[in-house]
Amino acid sequence: MSEIIKTENLTYIYRSADEVQKVALDGVSLSIERGEFVAVLGHNGSGKSTLASHFNGIRLPSGGTVYVDAMDTRKPELLYEIRKTCAMVFQNPDNQIVATVVEEDVAFALENLGIPPEEIRERVDASLKAVGMYEFRRHAPHKLSGGQKQRVAIAGVIAMMPRCVVFDEPTAMLDPAGRREVMRVIRELNQKLGITVVLITHHMDEAVQAGRVVVMHGGKVMMQGTPHEIFTQVDALRAASLTVPQTIEVLFDLNNQIGTDLPIDALTVDACADILERYLAN
Amino acid sequence: MLRDITIGQYFPGQSIVHRVDPRLKLVLVMAMIVTLFLASGPVSYAILAAYILSVIYISGIQPKMVVRGLKPVVFIVVFTAVLNLFYTPGNVLWSFGFLKLTDTGIRVAILMVVRILLLIIGTSMLTYTTSPIELTDGLERLLAPFKKIHLPVHELAMMMSIALRFIPTLIEETEKIIAAQKARGADFESGNLMQRARAMVPILVPLFISAFRRADELAIAMECRLYRGDVGRTRMKQMKFTRVDAGAGTVSVIVFAAVIVLGRMGW
Repeated sequence: MSEIIKTENLTYIYRSADEVQKVALDGVSLSIERGEFVAVLGHNGSGKSTLASHFNGIRLPSGGTVYVDAMDTRKPELLYEIRKTCAMVFQNPDNQIVATVVEEDVAFALENLGIPPEEIRERVDASLKAVGMYEFRRHAPHKLSGGQKQRVAIAGVIAMMPRCVVFDEPTAMLDPAGRREVMRVIRELNQKLGITVVLITHHMDEAVQAGRVVVMHGGKVMMQGTPHEIFTQVDALRAASLTVPQTIEVLFDLNNQIGTDLPIDALTVDACADILERYLAN
Repeated sequence: MLRDITIGQYFPGQSIVHRVDPRLKLVLVMAMIVTLFLASGPVSYAILAAYILSVIYISGIQPKMVVRGLKPVVFIVVFTAVLNLFYTPGNVLWSFGFLKLTDTGIRVAILMVVRILLLIIGTSMLTYTTSPIELTDGLERLLAPFKKIHLPVHELAMMMSIALRFIPTLIEETEKIIAAQKARGADFESGNLMQRARAMVPILVPLFISAFRRADELAIAMECRLYRGDVGRTRMKQMKFTRVDAGAGTVSVIVFAAVIVLGRMGW
């Protein structure tokens, strides 16, 4: 068994006070392998955040099952172990920082775990260095920029040494510079520390960096595959109200409007420029 | 305007006063307050004043800052001084109508003023030299024995530190809301007291809603980071009773004891 997260026919129904039901997840079966970097893509209301909140037992399935490292999330006695295995970083960095000093906040989870003080110290320093925030360890979180705060939040989570981290739109509230910093840290977690990363996002340029992209639409998995396989299907993405990466869009529109026959597979600006250059040279 | 609010004014530093264990500081401040009320004559007050002044000196905090901290109590000090000057029985030195200035009045007034000033300076030295987080931590550990009688000591300390953590965040948010409401034509500056109070409603309602939402998200984030109250919790920063603490404690206790003995003797 090599998958770290596995959902089988997962269904989740929101029930509001006036008995109106909304099906947020409709039979999602998905498995995420150890060490993978998976991006879950979808527009607002596609069910992507609801899906993420099932990965460490914040929400429990209305139907179907979720296994985290073979542990069923519906078993309350396993919840602590599940949250140790699969940690979560949220959208708003302000609302997940507990302490008034950066290093105290990073230590929070370790203190809760009852780890001896000397080891906490080592792990806090290592985590802060991993996200490049070690020099800020004595700062007050409210004086940091959004990207820095989010990196502190990430440090607080990786200090627990989870096998998997779920990021729920971690860059949604950040400026472009902050987004770049946070994305770099996320990639490094996956590549250097071998942590499985699930990134919930609606930014195409972030999803492109993942090893696998899962597109959610209307509570279902609409398609999944490598970024290359997904982003070349311009029509299908537009049907799911998602924009395609601008590099693809340019090529696609050129083909449609002036009848060129360009290959639609540029995921980076450089690749796009190469294709255009080759076309113009002919 | 909101940014000027500072809770528990703290001046970071590395002095001995800063480094003393917050638990010891809390205990010493309480002992100092008791001692202040047991002192009675000029000698005992002078010793205590010398003690507090040397604490200020050692802490390296600018006397200017300490004086500034006294501003809010000027009225109380003047009020007490005047009352004691004219309403203490004794040999009348000077009188004007019903006002009688007595020799004991002068003596009592001076001692009362010194007592209040020392009380304020002494207690504010605690917050000046101890960060809020150290204070709540110290309080939590000092009150730990009360857990036995099911007093939620850990929970109270956690609430205090979260409150301290969110003060700047909520201040920032309030400023944003004020700006947003002003942009929609809200008027906070004119009208009588009632109208102005009513003008605060469009600020408070969004602020409360957002605070509840934050609380909800924070609670989930804390649970995801394995928080389950006080169960099996350790702390990164251990409070150790060091030689600095032993020294500071001994000196303080000797000073307080001397003051109490002299005070009993009426000096």
